[in-house]
Amino acid sequence: MIADHLPALQVAIPLLAAGICAMLRRSVPAWALATATSLVAAAISAWLLARAASGGPISYRLGSWEPPWGIEYRVDEANALLLLLVAGIGAVVMPYARRSVAREIAEESHPWFYASYLLCLTGLLGMSITADAFNVFVFMEVASLSSYVLIALGRDRKALFAAYQYLILGTVGATFFIIGVGFLYVVTGTLNMVDLAARLATVEDVRPVVVGIAFLSVGLGLKLALFPLHYWLPNAYAYAPTVGTAFLAATATKVAIYLLLRFFFTVLGPSFPFAASPIPAIWIALSVAAIILASIAAIHQAGIKRMLAYSSVAQIGYITLGIGIGSEAGLTGAIVHLFNHAVMKGALFLLVGGAILRGGDMNIDALGGLARRMPATFAGIVIAGLSLIGVPGTVGFVGKWLLASAAIEQGQLWLAFAIVGASALAVVYVWRIVEAACFRPPSTEEFAEMPISMLMPAWILTALCIYFGLDTSLTVEVAGRAAALLIGGAAT
Amino acid sequence: MIDLTGTIEPVRAIHGGVVVLMVVGLYVLVARGNLIKKLIGLGVFQTSVYLLYIAPGKIAGGSPPIIADGIVTYSNPLPHVLILTAIVVGVATLALGLALVVRIHEEYGTIEEDEILDRDDPA
Repeated sequence: MIADHLPALQVAIPLLAAGICAMLRRSVPAWALATATSLVAAAISAWLLARAASGGPISYRLGSWEPPWGIEYRVDEANALLLLLVAGIGAVVMPYARRSVAREIAEESHPWFYASYLLCLTGLLGMSITADAFNVFVFMEVASLSSYVLIALGRDRKALFAAYQYLILGTVGATFFIIGVGFLYVVTGTLNMVDLAARLATVEDVRPVVVGIAFLSVGLGLKLALFPLHYWLPNAYAYAPTVGTAFLAATATKVAIYLLLRFFFTVLGPSFPFAASPIPAIWIALSVAAIILASIAAIHQAGIKRMLAYSSVAQIGYITLGIGIGSEAGLTGAIVHLFNHAVMKGALFLLVGGAILRGGDMNIDALGGLARRMPATFAGIVIAGLSLIGVPGTVGFVGKWLLASAAIEQGQLWLAFAIVGASALAVVYVWRIVEAACFRPPSTEEFAEMPISMLMPAWILTALCIYFGLDTSLTVEVAGRAAALLIGGAAT
Repeated sequence: MIDLTGTIEPVRAIHGGVVVLMVVGLYVLVARGNLIKKLIGLGVFQTSVYLLYIAPGKIAGGSPPIIADGIVTYSNPLPHVLILTAIVVGVATLALGLALVVRIHEEYGTIEEDEILDRDDPA
């Protein structure tokens, strides 16, 4: 009975918990509620993925209104994997949050922080699960507004200005997205994604659709920080509290990428084949620029979180490159790398956040002595860093391997060279951390290993970097089926 | 189905207005350094989208969507409902943006973009 309503509960539980959390006036109960909610959400998403994998797509009608009139939630393997990713990262990050938030945020703001986190979780899960184009916009704004708050709660006053810049650009992005949806709505009269796909096939005047696609691409490009629309990202990630950075870096851009896949392939694919449009060429060019230029920018950053943020822009380039290649193999690679990047960047931001708390400085140079004083943290950073480079045996390798083979399969050998070449740039920036941690003299203060409640979550993600690098059955198989599903259009 | 061609003249005029508002909003957003003026630009930009949605909801010769005898053509009420939601989102965004500007003013003592950047990294 209740199992039938799990798609709605997936979104409703964090939403209700956010309201309750905001009313709690104390830190620990708010944290406990946020953690419990994250665990429940992760359990629901795992159940939904299992059911979508065995029994095909689940369609849920909110308020029993028939689609396309009512809002439909639709869970298939593509978005079930994403739900699991978002809720899973939340469930890993929250146990870490208590100590970290206690040191980074003023006591009276704790309940607000957890309430914002839960709202952000609600929005991201909602964006992933809904099959209604306008509903996507509403959840996008729920997620974005709460993420501006998460960023603004950072210790440094620069966090405020970073949040403001993100607010401006994020709102422009969401508005562009909704303009694009508006054009599709005007020519079809529907907002349900499956219905949109069917009706777009009968549209005679394609010009509004083309304009709509252009707005959609730019809007989502801003949200997912596609080069050169990434301007908001480095400062936002650098100055947000560690928990906020880890959660947003692992999830927020990924959900935007999923939406892009959904619109390009499921909604527009059947009538406006992606491969036949001029978009892939632009997309590949921007992705390669992102991979190379953002990696070079990462090498030149003094702040460690900024460096990782630029690395995120580069890694997003790999994912969009897979989308640009456009074949089923390319999409599989993109989805796998999306999942993998979330795991390794989540791990890195948690580990580095711990190191910054102990060392008290955001600069890479201040990491001196880390290898000796915080060996477990350092070992995690090395493993996740190797994964970022793409060393075999780590998740980073699996994603890059799939992308490179997809490029070669399409006869685009130079793309494979770009992927490998940019990995060399990743070696440089990961080495900067290792070098500082091993060979620089320690800064004056004594500092010791992270407390276990922070180390455990970080190491769970680090272990997953290796686990999914060796056992690819879950990620690659589900991603392969998700890619086939997206390319095959909305099979009903 | 919403028929754009049925109501050419008024829709053309409204769409002209949409384009003007959209461009003015984006221009203010980019060209002004004052954080509040940027938010005003953002508001104007968002407003243009409200019009973009609502205008095609009017069907030529359609009456308000209340079921009555003898009426066959109704205007589409859905865009209004959608935009009501978008307006709420816009208000929330503006409120949060202004709250951030208040906090920025407390910390930096200015709301001019270039001065804020100067104070963080004095050249």
